[in-house]
Amino acid sequence: MSVNTLKETNKLLASFVPPASFTDEEQEPLNTSVQLHRHNIADEISERTFQDVSLCYQCGKCSSGCPVRYYMDIAPNKVVRLIQLGFYEEALKSSTPWLCAGCQTCSARCPKEFDLAKFMDAVREIAIEKGIEVKEKNILKFHKAFLDQIKSHGRSYEAGLVAEYKMKTLDLLQDVDSAPGMYLKGKLAILPHNIKDRKGVKSIFKKTSGK
Amino acid sequence: MNLLKEVFMKYGYFPGCSQTGSAKEYDISLRKVIEKLGVSFDEIEDWSCCGATSAHVTNHKLSTALAMRNIMLAEQQGMENIIAPCAACYNRLIMSQFEIANHSGIRKETEELLSASFQKDVKVFNVLELFLNIGIDKIIENRKRELNDLKVACYYGCLLVRPSGLTKFDDAEQPESMEKIAEATGAKTIDWNYKVECCGAAHSIARRDIVVDLSKKILDDAKYHGANVMIVACPMCHTNLDMRQRVMKRTYPEHEDFPVLYITELIGLALGMDEKELGIDLHFIDFNYKDLVPENSGVG
Ligand code: SF4
Ligand code: SF4
Repeated sequence: MSVNTLKETNKLLASFVPPASFTDEEQEPLNTSVQLHRHNIADEISERTFQDVSLCYQCGKCSSGCPVRYYMDIAPNKVVRLIQLGFYEEALKSSTPWLCAGCQTCSARCPKEFDLAKFMDAVREIAIEKGIEVKEKNILKFHKAFLDQIKSHGRSYEAGLVAEYKMKTLDLLQDVDSAPGMYLKGKLAILPHNIKDRKGVKSIFKKTSGK
Repeated sequence: MNLLKEVFMKYGYFPGCSQTGSAKEYDISLRKVIEKLGVSFDEIEDWSCCGATSAHVTNHKLSTALAMRNIMLAEQQGMENIIAPCAACYNRLIMSQFEIANHSGIRKETEELLSASFQKDVKVFNVLELFLNIGIDKIIENRKRELNDLKVACYYGCLLVRPSGLTKFDDAEQPESMEKIAEATGAKTIDWNYKVECCGAAHSIARRDIVVDLSKKILDDAKYHGANVMIVACPMCHTNLDMRQRVMKRTYPEHEDFPVLYITELIGLALGMDEKELGIDLHFIDFNYKDLVPENSGVG
């Protein structure tokens, strides 16, 4: 299931029934609408970020200061809550981690010193690994196009990036107003800057993303 | 003290990708200004992308390895202090160093990926720290003109001061170091609310609408508080706040152009260089100091 509105998110969170006791056997399949186990994802995020997701006590300070909150489908603190309670699919499908700009305002302000920006990093990473369909497709396409430039040249190649992004999104009209201006000002290099050790960089990509 | 000064006269330099393209004027003005202030840079040989933002937001291992590849090169090339003028690069580099230092698993994994071992401490500085290290006095001593017709909104954005536990050089909510530097040029600085608000950063292409909204709020707050120019220390912030003003006019027809300079360009102007020399003519929103100076004031 995927939740889109505040109402839906609240309803889902309210439907959570805490188990009578948390013995090991009872802990396994809990309110998960996909076959992902509670143990796996919440713990996985805690491990990857070196902080326990249960640290967050839902004060909401992060969301109130989040500059992108208005555009997100679920408030940042509620994404944490969904993970805490085992609603993994909803959390992983949310647009929130993708729209998160990584500004770290939340992390700087959290009274529990929970690094929410880092939490979002892990949620995105896991969503990609699990092949979850991402709501903000263009953002993911942009990142992929950017990384492709790095993989081939070692550095970002802005003209190549714009071209590849347009191919990926078939959004040929967007940005027509800035790219020619950048050319005129000599800001968009026609040719990429290739570093010498491209092989080394390619091997880092290969070993970390298998591609 | 002298020894300290000596150490800080020479830095390793990690330009970052934007510096070779969309932010070339930041690179130009930075190099010119530090030369006037008696500091020299050695560019890290064969540096590569630091992984911000795309690697960082999609693949943690990859991003740490990409960032640390540059630290490894700096170490191999005998550099102890390096400057990363882009706030996003700066943030990625220090975060990766922090993780390497504190998590042996990440350290081991990254060392294996790079077939290297990190031994020395390479210290990464941002541009504000660079000017604080050089010393405000040095700017004042070398000043050729006082920019006292400027009312500057100092915009830090997100990544220069956060996370404060790591950047450690200024306050995360109410930083003041950029104001100190700006005031050394003779300019006045304003108090305003949006100095650490996010401009939308890397969403500039994929979600331009968000970037336009956020940048508009930032520019408006600066104007409202009486600024006539904004300064930044990050190429991504500059792209969003300067170049995106063109599209902004489509969403907000009432929007009026507002000039945004790199902090290095402001210092360059004070040191007597002109707009063209500093690459200010490469901006999308025009800026000419003389236009702001009342006639017959004898300045400029
Ligand atoms: S500010 Fe911290 S504790 Fe409060 S809701 Fe956000 S992450 Fe949780
Ligand atoms: S890091 Fe992400 S979630 Fe946190 S305040 Fe910034 S945009 Fe919002």
